[in-house]
This record gives sequence, C-alpha cells and structure tokens, in this order.
Amino acid sequence: MKIGRRSFLRRSAAAGAAAAAGFPMVWIKDSSLAYAAGGEIKVGVLFSLTGTTGIIEESLNKATIMAIEEINDQGGINGMKIVPVIEDPASDPATFAEKARKLVLSDKCVSVFGSYTSASRKAVLPVFEKRKNLYWYPTLYEGRECSKNVIYTGAVPNQQQDEFVPWLVKNFGKRWYLIGSNYIYPKEENNYCKKLLKELGAEVVNEEYVPLGHSEFSSVVNKFRSEKPDVIFSTVVGDSVVALHRQYRAAGLDPAKMPMASLTTSENEVAAMGGDAAAGHFTSAPYFMVWDSPENHTFVENYRARWGEDKVTHFVSEPCYFQVKMFHQAVSKLAASDINPANIREAVKGVELIAPQGKVRLDGATLHTYLWPKIGLCKSDGQFEIIKQSPDWLEPVPYKAYPNQTCTETGLVES
Amino acid sequence: MPPTARISKKAACRMAEAIITQIITGLSISSILLLVALGLAIIYGTTGVINLAHGEFVMLGAYTAWALQTFIGIGLIESLVLIFMCVALFGWIIERIVIRHLYDRPLDTILATWGVGIMAQQAIRLIAGGELRYVEMPSSLGSSISLFGIETSAFRIFVLVLAVALFGVTWYLMYRTSFGMKLRAITQNREVASAFGINSNRIYSLTFAYGAGLAGLAGALVSPLKSVSPEMGTTYVVDAFMVVVLGGVESLVGTIASSAILGEVTGFLAFYTDDTIAKATVFFAIVILIRFRPQGLFSTKDRS
Repeated sequence: MKIGRRSFLRRSAAAGAAAAAGFPMVWIKDSSLAYAAGGEIKVGVLFSLTGTTGIIEESLNKATIMAIEEINDQGGINGMKIVPVIEDPASDPATFAEKARKLVLSDKCVSVFGSYTSASRKAVLPVFEKRKNLYWYPTLYEGRECSKNVIYTGAVPNQQQDEFVPWLVKNFGKRWYLIGSNYIYPKEENNYCKKLLKELGAEVVNEEYVPLGHSEFSSVVNKFRSEKPDVIFSTVVGDSVVALHRQYRAAGLDPAKMPMASLTTSENEVAAMGGDAAAGHFTSAPYFMVWDSPENHTFVENYRARWGEDKVTHFVSEPCYFQVKMFHQAVSKLAASDINPANIREAVKGVELIAPQGKVRLDGATLHTYLWPKIGLCKSDGQFEIIKQSPDWLEPVPYKAYPNQTCTETGLVES
Repeated sequence: MPPTARISKKAACRMAEAIITQIITGLSISSILLLVALGLAIIYGTTGVINLAHGEFVMLGAYTAWALQTFIGIGLIESLVLIFMCVALFGWIIERIVIRHLYDRPLDTILATWGVGIMAQQAIRLIAGGELRYVEMPSSLGSSISLFGIETSAFRIFVLVLAVALFGVTWYLMYRTSFGMKLRAITQNREVASAFGINSNRIYSLTFAYGAGLAGLAGALVSPLKSVSPEMGTTYVVDAFMVVVLGGVESLVGTIASSAILGEVTGFLAFYTDDTIAKATVFFAIVILIRFRPQGLFSTKDRS
C-alpha cells in the first residue's frame, strides 16, 4: 500500500494534535501532583554498585536502603511508603548525570541520595539545579560549594581540621609535610591546612601531589627520612593510602615520632593495609565505628544484622543513614499535596536529630550539617581508638578558606 | 682538627649518605620494573606478540598470593613457586586458545590480548570482589635493615635480589639450554627452524607460559608493598612496555639496563621534585630517545 507524502504528513499531524490534547499534563511543567501520587514517595538512590568506586559506594547504598526500610517498617512518612529507585552509575561521572536525569525526569523522584566522588557530584549538579530537584550528598568533600539544590551531610575542611590541626601541632610539632593525590579534594584541604598552620606558627617543609592511584612511594619515604617532619598530613586516596602506609612501615619509620594524619583513612583502608601498617596513625572524622553511643550501637547492630556480620560502618555510610532520617523529618512536616523538592528543602532547614555520631543539625544558610569531629588513633587490631571528641558540634563553613566569599541562604555572596 | 675540615667531613658524610640512599631507592624501583618487564621482554622479544594482558598476569599473581594466604594459609615466600606455576598455567591456556592463531597478525594480538585483559579483570572482580585485598609481608622481612649505613626495607632488598636471580635464570635458560637455543632459532626464522624439526608451537606455548609466570611472580612480590585490586595491572603494563621499548627488543641485557636506568632516573627526579614531574619527564625522555634511536638502546635489529 503506497502512502503518499502528503497523506503521511496529514495523518501524523492529526495524531500529534490528538496526543497533545489528550494528555494535558505535557503542557504543565513541574506538576507536583506526581510526587506523592498513590501514597508513595519515590526517592532516587544513586550509588555505584560496580566499577572502581563500587565497593565503597555499595556500602553507601546499603546504609541508605536500611534507613528507608526502617522508616517504612515504622509506618512510612505520614502513612506513605518511601519507594527507593536504585540506579547503578558504575563509577562513571557521565553515567551519574544520565541516571540522575532519568531519576528526576522519568521516575519523578522527589529527592535523590547519592554520590561519593566530587567528580560525580559535579557531574549531576547541573541536572538538579536545572530541574530544581534535591540531591542529598553524604560524603566528606572539599567545600567551596553553595548549591541550593544539594543537601550536604558530609564534613567540610573546617570541620575536619579546626580541631585536628592544632591538636597535632601541640602534641607532635610544627614541621609538617603535606602529601596528597593530585586532584581538587587534597588541594583544597591542603590550602585550608596551610592557613591554619600559618596562624599556629607552624611550617610546611614540603607540599607534594602524587598521581591518582600511584603506588610507588620509595622516593616519598626517602624525603620523609631526610626532611624529618613532625607530622605527615596525608590526603592521598584509594590504593595510594594503602601503599603509602605499607611502605612507610616497611621502611621502619616510627609513627610515634612522625605520625601520618589523614582525613580519608577509614576502617576499609585499614582492613586493606593490615593492622601493623595502620597502627599509630591518626584520622579525623565525625564518625568511627567504635563510637560509644546507644544510637551507634543500634546502628551497627542493625547494619550487621541486615547485611552481614563482617560488615563495617564508616564515616561515609553513617551520613547516608542519618540523611534519610532527616528527609523523613522534613517530609513529615508537609501535607501530601505539598511534597516537592523546594518545600522539602525549606522544611529540612534547622532539622535536628540524634545520629549515630551525636546530635546533628542541618544549617539553613549553607545546607550543610553541624557535625562532631573526632580524632581517632588506629590500633593494630584494625579498629580506631577515639582520642578526642569535639566538646561541641562544629558549624560548617564551606568557604572558610576564602574570606571574601560566604555561603548564605540566598546563595554565594562575594564581598 | 680545624673547624672547616670538620664541617666538610660531616657534609661529605651526608652527601655520601644521600648518594647511597638514591642508589638503593633507584635499585628498588628498578627491580620492580625488571620483574614486570622481564616476562614481557621474553614474550614480545621472541614471539612478537604484543601482550596487553601482561598487567593482568601481574594482577593474577597478586591475587593468587592473597588466595593462598587467606584460604590455605601459606606465606608469601613459600608460595612463590606455586604462584609461578598457577599463572604460567593460565598463560599457557591463553596462548593455546587465543594467541596461537594470531602469530602472523600483530595488530590482532593487540585487540585480542586487550580483550583477555578486560575479561580477566572483571572475572576477578566477580569472583573475589572489588575491594582492596591484603597480602601479609613475610615477618622475617618485615623490618628495616641497615645497608651501608642506610636504613632500607629488608623486603625491598629481597625483591632486588630475587629480580636479579630471576634475570640470571632467564638468561641461563635462553643462552645455555637447548630450549633456549630452539627458541632463539625460531625467533630468527620460524619456518626454517621448523624444517629442522623444532616443534615451534610447543616452544611458543612454553615461552608464553614462562613469561606469564614471571609476571605472576612480580605481582606476588609487589603485593605486600602495595595493595591488591583488580585494576592494579594497568599501570604495570605501561611501565613494562616502556622498559622493553627503551631497552630494545630481543635483548635481555637491554631489559635489565633500561629498567636500571629508568628506575634510577625516576627515583632521582622524584626525590628532588615530585613523582608527577618524574613520571612525565621520564616518558618525555623516552619519546625523544625513541625518535632518534627507534630500535632502543641495545637492539641488534629494528622492530618491524
């Protein structure tokens, strides 16, 4: 049957007009009637389950799912169940952006919990800002961001270093060696560290960056030997952490005299490097698995019961857990028809709850979280001993290293 | 003693210490490069196969060390022979299934071995999980010893000694055994050697297996100093090719010389600047050298 061009055009125009007329919501943007439809609240869970960062992000996925299940078991949010839509972006930032778009646009999620690396967060940020959705980011990061579409529940440099650096200078000395992986997170942390050290009258004997994934540290160890710093401030990440600690130990250096102080060495890295390479070094984080509080004991027990007795909780999986609880608190304040990302953002400002690490609060101005930094000393059994707990929670100041910039409720203000 | 003479003696001592430290560090880096590159030099030099899965052989050696330690409880030093056998066996299987059909098609070997490498990486990820694994350093070598007045890691010295020993064994195999003679004959001219009754298929399989086994040993020896992960091999294959290309194809002496040069230069530059600059400079220098001497430092003939 031969279809002429004109008749084809005529028919498709007719079909298109019928479709547009028959589905009026195509013309209505951001129709929030879809968000809490059918007594269900859909949220996206965007952590890599495969790929290079798959192992650590898998634990973040697990903590998020556990929190969602706990809320649903207790009746959901005002009777509505939270339905997680889980996507695996496979450790690739471009895939993160693609999946984020899918979660926001076609799955109509009212919020998305996700990301571990800064690269993945930066890749999804445009999606959330353009579509005015809400991204909940649980990982410690370098600060310098003030997006009104992201809730940051991880530590920023001032929270990790304001107590750690002075304590180290007081207990070990003023000659510091800074070593990090070559990307933005270590550079910003070192930038902040140098500012603190200058105020304390301490000196930086060397500042060095190694390629990501670098594992040959014999020259670096030689430099430690020749410079003899009092503290080695290490912001290397991933495989490099393990290699650096092991080669430090193999070279016979003494952590009592020249400790490595890190922001990124968690229970996971310690398991990979062995207790003897980890012992004697320090980490600063808001959470350690051994933290002695009733909320943390419950958290760890439930996590192990749900996912396996050999599993560990760490300072990125704990914020994943409590940020879902913050979401619960925020959405409970809203009527079902008012549930949309913008209202959730307003509702979550000032929310406080008792997280496994202690009582936390969501700062309304910056959308970051008040946290309790702790200093942990690693022991040879692979667990941390908490040497110092911050006496009060620390306010997040994401632009503290840049005094002419402040993150306020309306956005970034330059002065 | 007049003060100037005393000061210069101390300064001379410190300089001597610095030089010896540099040499030892450089040798340690060289020994790791040598271990990884030796297998590749054998395979590429004799069979002309560009084995992009070489890094994965290194990774498999490391995982075998981890598996033997975790599930059977054999320590590292005791399991070295076993690791060699396991990875050599795997190499032999790969040769029979994949490489055998591609000896006259070098471009296709690149694709095929790259594919094998990817499959090996993901298979290990599925079987053993993606997290970093721990291989225990043998307790007898865990401390540091004093060598010429310099504190060095005893394990690194052990790796250095073993690298040189393996090089010696390989050299002996190539130049003093009948197997080596047959291999060299096939390398020169495969058809004529076959006409003399040498079973070239068998020799090639055994050679590939030997090269793979060496790579496995390299992975096992490196694992207590670093960590074991499915992607650890990818950096090693780059380093191995650098060594082989610089040293010259078909030249064992070239391999040991170029790993020594690369190791020392990298160590030296990394100490006085940092690792990023060292790596970049070394790469750049190799590119320039290859531009002017494409056959490498010690080769007798051009790569064709």
